[in-house]
Amino acid sequence: MLGKLTLDAIPYHEPIIVVTLAVVGVVGLLLAVALTKYKKWGYLWREWITSVDHKRLGIMYIILALVMLLRGFADAIMMRTQLAVATGGAEGYLPPEHYDQIFTAHGVIMIIFMAMPFMIGLMNIVVPMQIGTRDVAFPFLNNLSFWLAVSGALLVNISLGVGEFAKTGWVAYPPLSGLNYSPGVGVDYYIWALQISGIGTTLTGVNFLATVIKMRTPGMKLMHMPIFTWTCTWANILIVASFPILTGALAMLTLDRYLDFHFFTNDLGGNSMMYINLFWAWGHPEVYILVLPAFGIFSEVISTFTGKRLFGYKSMVLASGAISVLGFIVWLHHFFTMGSSANVNAFFGVTTMIIAVPTGVKLFNWLFTMYRGRLRFTTPVLWTLGFMVTFTIGGMTGVLLSVPGADYVLHNSLFLIAHFHNTIIGGAVFGYLAGFAYWFPKAMGYTLDEKWGKRAFWCWQIGFYCAFMPLYVLGFLGMTRRLNHSDNPDWNIWLYIACVGAFIIALGIACQLIQLYVSYRNREQNRDLTGDPWNGHTLEWASASPPQFYNFAVEPKVDDIDAFTEMKERGHAYHRPDSYAPIHMPKNTGVGFVMGMLLTAAGFGAVWHIWWLVIAALLGTLAAFLVRCYDNDVDYYVQPDEIERIEDAHLTAVQLDNTLKA
Amino acid sequence: MKQSKVSRLTGGLSLGAALLLTGCEGGVLDPKGQVGIDEKNLIIIATVLMLIVVIPVIFLTLYFAWKYRAGNKDAPYTPKWAHSTKIELVVWLIPCVIIVILGTITWISTHRLDPYQPLEHEQEALDVEVVSLNWKWLFIYPEQGIATVNKLVIPTGRPVSFRLTSESTMNSFFIPQLGSQIYTMAAMATRLNLIADEPGTYQGISANYSGAGFTGMKFDTVATASEADFNAWVDEVKASGQALNTETYEALTAPSEYHPVTYYSTVKSGLFDDILMKFMQHHGRTPLAMPDDAMGHSAHQAKHTEAAAHAAVEE
Repeated sequence: MLGKLTLDAIPYHEPIIVVTLAVVGVVGLLLAVALTKYKKWGYLWREWITSVDHKRLGIMYIILALVMLLRGFADAIMMRTQLAVATGGAEGYLPPEHYDQIFTAHGVIMIIFMAMPFMIGLMNIVVPMQIGTRDVAFPFLNNLSFWLAVSGALLVNISLGVGEFAKTGWVAYPPLSGLNYSPGVGVDYYIWALQISGIGTTLTGVNFLATVIKMRTPGMKLMHMPIFTWTCTWANILIVASFPILTGALAMLTLDRYLDFHFFTNDLGGNSMMYINLFWAWGHPEVYILVLPAFGIFSEVISTFTGKRLFGYKSMVLASGAISVLGFIVWLHHFFTMGSSANVNAFFGVTTMIIAVPTGVKLFNWLFTMYRGRLRFTTPVLWTLGFMVTFTIGGMTGVLLSVPGADYVLHNSLFLIAHFHNTIIGGAVFGYLAGFAYWFPKAMGYTLDEKWGKRAFWCWQIGFYCAFMPLYVLGFLGMTRRLNHSDNPDWNIWLYIACVGAFIIALGIACQLIQLYVSYRNREQNRDLTGDPWNGHTLEWASASPPQFYNFAVEPKVDDIDAFTEMKERGHAYHRPDSYAPIHMPKNTGVGFVMGMLLTAAGFGAVWHIWWLVIAALLGTLAAFLVRCYDNDVDYYVQPDEIERIEDAHLTAVQLDNTLKA
Repeated sequence: MKQSKVSRLTGGLSLGAALLLTGCEGGVLDPKGQVGIDEKNLIIIATVLMLIVVIPVIFLTLYFAWKYRAGNKDAPYTPKWAHSTKIELVVWLIPCVIIVILGTITWISTHRLDPYQPLEHEQEALDVEVVSLNWKWLFIYPEQGIATVNKLVIPTGRPVSFRLTSESTMNSFFIPQLGSQIYTMAAMATRLNLIADEPGTYQGISANYSGAGFTGMKFDTVATASEADFNAWVDEVKASGQALNTETYEALTAPSEYHPVTYYSTVKSGLFDDILMKFMQHHGRTPLAMPDDAMGHSAHQAKHTEAAAHAAVEE
């Protein structure tokens, strides 16, 4: 009846897990009580869970990312503490059984369930606005993608309380991840969490590509698209091209584990090198999927806060494209030490370092955007400057690792760990946090508290150097990754510093939580009345904050990159037309949520071999999908009188703001 | 060798590199063999070359941010200036030039440091066969007919040619102070060539996570002062009395952590190839080894397999 699932699967003898679950339970209960008390369940369902509005989905993606950031960061703190405690032959407090799950979960969560939702969340909020459209091409699909991401995240978190997570590292290389060496359910949780959320990501890529290709506002050529939209578009091209590879590789691993296939096993002609190649054929483009939109954010931030046009727009677009294409032909640099011939290693080494050229161009172009500008040191600018300094170092160590001769001694060492955190934190995460502060007023209607924002930045920045520079040294000292404990007195001091660094970053995260609270408390003083708090260049700033649910009452006409700046200069901004035409909008639907939850159940059933549940949940998913397919009542028109009321309110607020300023 | 010129060239070149080098005893920046020394120099050259761009970029970031701050009304302000062919040309060219130089160095060094390529040396290489097991290392000395677990002894100043495979999961065979690492994979043989130029004891590890006991998968590499010392050690192992045959090997495959150093005075001949063939026996296209003549056949097949594995890697 319950497959492999028994009461033994609940780790009630692990105090850390029990306490965590208790906290999650209490918080969940409080939330439920509050929702009931204030009668908000209906609001939550109608306005958020079933919403197909790209802005609301974006906000929900970012909430998911922040929650998972806390979870992934808790893993990080535990690992750093374990390694700082378990020196000189001590075993520490996390035995391999537990520790190995933690480093696997940390990697999976931070990449798939923190960075990806954060990036996709920002893209959701901003891209349709920047191209002057009213929603994405397929609004229901967008909602479904979100719930598939949640579904994956749920499975990862369920594994904490029911059973175990994979003990393979986030790459899950066979044969270790095969049935022979990982007989438990951990790898199955890994497979289904990645598989379900990965399909959601692929659908998002398709959706946003269709959106930018078909739905740009009149007059906006591709080479008029704001740079953030361009970098997201390159990222979406990478998503569509690379995520199916992950889907395929995981499907083969699934067949190996469930149906006794032998794609990647040691025996019967299987070969794990195939998995490793496929994994990185997805995994390498994946890091560019994460970092390219961040590059776009930095471009927007620098250009806005220097009050200047972006230097070398065409170069930026081309450089992003070059990075995307090159990003696809370098995957082998993740395993120079697998025994490929010198020609193969040298080829992949050289193609990898060529990526430094377009990346370098981008850095220079940001520099020359600042040149002869008027830079305002706001929180997003601090993140950007912090990025430019930090990422340059990460890029340098990356190029060093791309030299096979150097990689032969640095591969898999803590030098590598330092490098990719240097680029993913210093590049992608700093970018998302810059974007978070930059677009927060657009999404929420009030600006974030600057004081706590800057505190958060400095904690992150100092904490980062403190946590990861020692890892470069440890790599040189010969410390490899995924060790559970150490016995080398020369390493100790660096492990201690790294642990302190992790706690400084924790302070940074705490500052951000306080910032959110303080900003919410003071929201009335910090209201963004005009919708354009930074004197922005691009179309998202032409709407109110938060934007009207239809984004634009009239489709803006565009013939320049900095479309909104041009409108403001020509006096066309905040123009009130004589009359409004009805606006065609999609209706909310609960089908995406239902499908997401049913697929979670199917994934859970598959993990524990509860086959009736798998079949029932899959049939239910299909049924929900068919219901949606045959539903003709999916759209409606917003009538001119309603539009007029909303637009008048906005224009009055803008005028009021102008009067106040004057 | 080229190495001396290179180290003179880079010696004391940059403060950053010097800082990195201090306190790096025992790591990859404290190499004790030619391969490791070449790799250390490569790291230093590449780093210095990149610093030529990296330092100015970091400096300019901070300088421009300060100079063009909003409060500085004396600095020029050109809000519409967004293109300059001259600057564009320069910013594309500088990284290109650096990468052309670094790419050339990469191409040459990758061929010279190819782990499969035997080291050029007047002495003939010592053959060692390496098997990674959960979670320990087995070293077989085919010429000497001995084997050890978790201890590798090699003569100083003589190249060592490793053939490596795995009994179970994938590991990476790595002695940081001697240089390059290479993966060990079941049913496949990889190769690695190293040399110790100074006598001493160097720690060896697995540099690829392979399960719960991975942390303890360490071994000491002893580079003996002379060939005579090495031979004396071989005699010592030969006198130890324990034999490594099919049964004792089977016992060894049971998972264990921090496995004590073990000596085997004799080794079943062709054991390494047997391990290699273990997973290939059911492979449709490979002829099965005859039980009564296992030795000759399996050795022959193993050669076949290894070639195939290498070809697969090259693809």
